[in-house]
Amino acid sequence: MVKLNVNNQNGTNGNKANQKVTDSGIVYDTRQLNLWYGSHHALKNIDLAIKENEVTAIIGPSGCGKSTYIKTLNRMVELVPSVKTSGQIIYRDRNILDADYGVEELRTKVGMVFQKPNPFPKSIFDNIAYGPRIHGIKNKKTLNEIVEKSLRGAAIWDEVKDRLNENAYGLSGGQQQRICIARALAIEPDVILMDEPTSALDPISTLKVEELVQELKQNYSIIIVTHNMQQAARISDKTAFFLNGEVIEFDKTDTIFSTPSDKRTEDYISGRFG
Amino acid sequence: MRYIDHAAVVKRMNSRMIVNKLFKTIFFLATLFALLALGILFYRIISQGVGYLSLDFLLNFGSRFPEKAGIKAALVGSLWMMAVVAPVSLILGVGSAIYLEEYAKKSKLNDFIRMNIANLAGVPSVVFGLLGLTIFVRALALGNSILAAGFTMSLLILPVIIVASQESIRAVPNELREASYGMGATKWQTIAKVVLPSAIPGILTGGILALSRAIGETAPLVVIGIPVIIQFLPNNLLSQFTAMPMQIFDWAKRPQEEFQYVASAGIIVLMIFLLLMNSIAVIIRNKFQKRY
Repeated sequence: MVKLNVNNQNGTNGNKANQKVTDSGIVYDTRQLNLWYGSHHALKNIDLAIKENEVTAIIGPSGCGKSTYIKTLNRMVELVPSVKTSGQIIYRDRNILDADYGVEELRTKVGMVFQKPNPFPKSIFDNIAYGPRIHGIKNKKTLNEIVEKSLRGAAIWDEVKDRLNENAYGLSGGQQQRICIARALAIEPDVILMDEPTSALDPISTLKVEELVQELKQNYSIIIVTHNMQQAARISDKTAFFLNGEVIEFDKTDTIFSTPSDKRTEDYISGRFG
Repeated sequence: MRYIDHAAVVKRMNSRMIVNKLFKTIFFLATLFALLALGILFYRIISQGVGYLSLDFLLNFGSRFPEKAGIKAALVGSLWMMAVVAPVSLILGVGSAIYLEEYAKKSKLNDFIRMNIANLAGVPSVVFGLLGLTIFVRALALGNSILAAGFTMSLLILPVIIVASQESIRAVPNELREASYGMGATKWQTIAKVVLPSAIPGILTGGILALSRAIGETAPLVVIGIPVIIQFLPNNLLSQFTAMPMQIFDWAKRPQEEFQYVASAGIIVLMIFLLLMNSIAVIIRNKFQKRY
């Protein structure tokens, strides 16, 4: 793997700069990852190399470990007491599971969108400005620019530009989820993790979020956990199928959905179980 | 075969409706009883005390003569005491609640601590008075000063503030914490910017209600030996002082009938104080709830 020196010097186009340096274009390289909740072995020997500027979908039945895996990628899984891990997750040449890797630093580069829209009970502006503010940006003009850029990035600027000072709770569920995506964009991440981002949304809002994901992959690497196989087929470039804490198959989405090589994958996507 | 016999259901309907109404009446009477008792108390106190209520009553010190007796020393003393109780109990109480809810890992010891704090809230106030007498008045040699009384009262209401704060902190949805951590916020940033702003209406409501309990408590003051006849105002935290409930208690136990009326006037002042504090609690709650 090539050493990264020109990290993020081109400002917002940091991803492009990285792409030139890293031949492989791998953003997350998971090697022999094991995870236990107490005595429950939730992830078993996961090997997964996730490419940048792609949408990687993770599918599988409930309890297969897909949410656990995506939460390991920004170490949110550690909020659960009694979690133990072994193995490595190499993100941009460093193992994020190292004890000296600061989670706060990691989460500044890896944004997350959750299953249920979870805006803060604050104004729309304050929601988006939350991340930049905790990272020390106080200048009002800079914050204004970040808020507008992020809301535009999440394709919701036109809907909310006249009511930035209103409470985000007044928005519909779909709008709230796009506010949460905008909030994740505001910290200018490299990767966006999405944990079933549309499971609480109606079909029209779901469609909007899916379109948004397509746009975002120009600039970000996106990893999305979904229960909805049509969604995985529609929006992702690669798909990983998880079952009982193991990766059964990981390939191009087209291949997974047309000619899966594993019988269990075929059974799952054709609806025979799960 | 049908299990529900509709004819029988119709036949039983009348008695069910009577029982239905009966319970409504019982619960209504229960409420009415409490309200009535409160009303009679109010009527008696106001009709007795209002005659003695005047500016002089607020501006005079205590006296042997009922018409000259005033509540000045007790009113100012209570204010001084609350100036100690409010910061001490709120800082310690909210701090402990934050520790227990946000930092403390789940362990047997912590569960034990949590359970006992809830139990402490039910300990009689006389016991806290004895505790204050032992620790603050004697061991720390603070005497029967404002500081000693303030610390004792803080101990008394601390469990209530901790429990109320814990509940408001626990009521903040975990999703909000996750959102904050997910953007790289530290634990303290998350607590300061997400958890506390959402929890503060509940914390302040509980806190002010606890403070109004402290201002009306008498037993701990009796135990730590707060005097009644005080003819000067306190000028520092180690001064002797008297407090409103002590003064009222003293008036009420005097043999002259007129002093019963003076006591009622004192109760009116104390209740106006309590009402003011409770209204502040309501106002704060409404204000913060609008913003968030």
